[in-house]
Amino acid sequence: MKGLPVARKNNEDWKEKYKGSGLRDADFSSISGRPLQPLYTWEDVAGSDPEARLGWPGNYPYTRGVHPSMYRGKLWTMRQFAGMGTPDQTNERYRFLLDKGQTGLSVAFDNPTLYGLDSDHPLAAGEVGKTGVAVDTLADMERLFAGIPLDRVSTSMTINAPAAWIFAMFLADAEKCGIGFDKLRGTLQNDILKEYIAQKEWIFPPEPHLRLITDLMAFCAEKVPQWNTISISGYHIREAGSTAAQELAFTLADGFCYVEHALAAGLDIEDFAPRLSFFFNSHLDFFEEIAKMRAARRIWARAMRDKYKAKNPRAWLCRFHVQTAGCSLTAQQPEINIVRTALEALAGVLGGCQSLHTNSMDEALALPSEKAVEIALRTQQIIAFESGAANVIDPLGGSYYIEKLTDDLEEEAESTFRKIDELGGVVKAIEQGFFQREITRAAYEYQMALSRRKKFHVGVNEFANPGQELEIPLLEIDESVEKDQVAFLRRTKVGRDNGAVRDGLQALKAAAAGGRNLMPPLLECARRYTTLGETSDALTAVFGKYREQPFY
Amino acid sequence: MAERKIKVIIAKPGLDGHDRGAKVVARALVEAGMEVVYLGLQQTPDAIVRAAVEEDADVIGLSILSGAHMANFRKVRELMEGSGLGDRLLTGGGIIPTKDQDKLKEMGVGKVFGPGDDLQEIVEYIRVNARRVSG
Repeated sequence: MKGLPVARKNNEDWKEKYKGSGLRDADFSSISGRPLQPLYTWEDVAGSDPEARLGWPGNYPYTRGVHPSMYRGKLWTMRQFAGMGTPDQTNERYRFLLDKGQTGLSVAFDNPTLYGLDSDHPLAAGEVGKTGVAVDTLADMERLFAGIPLDRVSTSMTINAPAAWIFAMFLADAEKCGIGFDKLRGTLQNDILKEYIAQKEWIFPPEPHLRLITDLMAFCAEKVPQWNTISISGYHIREAGSTAAQELAFTLADGFCYVEHALAAGLDIEDFAPRLSFFFNSHLDFFEEIAKMRAARRIWARAMRDKYKAKNPRAWLCRFHVQTAGCSLTAQQPEINIVRTALEALAGVLGGCQSLHTNSMDEALALPSEKAVEIALRTQQIIAFESGAANVIDPLGGSYYIEKLTDDLEEEAESTFRKIDELGGVVKAIEQGFFQREITRAAYEYQMALSRRKKFHVGVNEFANPGQELEIPLLEIDESVEKDQVAFLRRTKVGRDNGAVRDGLQALKAAAAGGRNLMPPLLECARRYTTLGETSDALTAVFGKYREQPFY
Repeated sequence: MAERKIKVIIAKPGLDGHDRGAKVVARALVEAGMEVVYLGLQQTPDAIVRAAVEEDADVIGLSILSGAHMANFRKVRELMEGSGLGDRLLTGGGIIPTKDQDKLKEMGVGKVFGPGDDLQEIVEYIRVNARRVSG
């Protein structure tokens, strides 16, 4: 190693040449606005002990990955988020995707379902099946998964406000198929905190929703042990316009809030924590995303071991699903979205995700066409089987840039946690509009950067093709979907034992008011073909409705 | 002669919760010196127009990404005419196909904006086309 004075001279030499060489008139900050050095060197990571900061994959602090063998042992699950029209139509799409090689299912529900409304609710008019699949009762779950072995494929369901009663319908369906709950593998998004912050799908105020979540966690710990009870999400926070640092900090802060609520409800951290999972965005600024994911693992492991004193190492794991950034995709020149998605997917893999969804090129225009979703899936398969990215664990580990960025993001997250604590915790911070205002400010600054041409969006504010016609087929959801779904719902309601439904709802309300675990009565309601909306109404009668104070 | 600030109602009708665009536009209008009344999510056309009457708003801006734009813009426009707000600007944005934009124009709706439209252009459009009152 060269002596210090020579090294310093080489450093100064480079700096001089760099300054003297003339720079492009461009913004070199990250997409989040993070100022970046032109170069990262050993000096940026000097004094950082790699044994302590990086360690080994599958070992504390998990910076390099949650499993010892990562993708050599098992590839990430290729799990395309899908849902459209009626449950029958969606079932067809699931079989198509499984046939094309996806390895896990992911359910996208329509707007009325997401809000706990039946397809014949006045607010559902014009919305049924448009942005996902309509599910009103157990009969729809039966159609949705017809012919799909739920004990052999894992299922993720993106549902939040009515997650517990949608899950009850899923369990009831598995039961009817003769599948024991202990065989079921999958994930429920079930992350209400980020709803108040970003996705905006709530029914009740925070406390009743949090109680439903801890009820579900307790139930699953005993009865559905392979199920991930929450997918603590940053994806939507990022889509709402946050920076990478905000996405990381806000998501983990939500996670800590769930841990604290579960502990307060008397649950054992060794039981519930191994079944918490996470969900991050993978945006276009390649290196920032990889660093973010590595920082997440290290931060969570430390907090779970040292702050919350979990002894089970599985409780220290930040296992996560990744979706490529929808908000990075354009309506203009949609074919080039394939390229954006590929870069983002690669970042997710190099970041060590356990499960991945790649967006389709028509993301900004419609629900995915068959052609578009097949290309999205093939993108993952090329990464897995051709690019070599899966051959070596944490291949960017040791990069000066990546390690410095990982450290910086971790430090910023810790600082944000302190700020949230000062505000009284996540729920109080939500009430004060802290997250909402931070996110809107970041979104506004990015939009202004585009307007001022400091940041670019190819095809939109640069390299545009004005007047270009669309040349890709778009999926259309037929108007008959709503009619068919409503008719099916009506038939289901006529054909069931309505007395039993009424009794079940009474028992549910009593359990809700009486503070008992709501999963057993919800499961009973599901078995009796109680509708989503009837269940929502019964619980609303006890818990009340939430009206947000809109912050921007 | 001091000019009264342009007052803009911003609202999202229906079940769509994607409010990033609405909030960014709200911020931009405030930065540009206008007054914004941000009503938020799940607003009905009735509630939106009632607020516009109460606030004596110059502009109503709707944000709709769920495909329900035709019905919502039509209803709001009708209620505006019926409440004496016929001279105010009705505009908005979201996911609104070009062929629908032409139909909206025929209804008396102003220009509507979509993904990738320039933020400063939106602000200027509102500034130029709002009902203006000086005094």
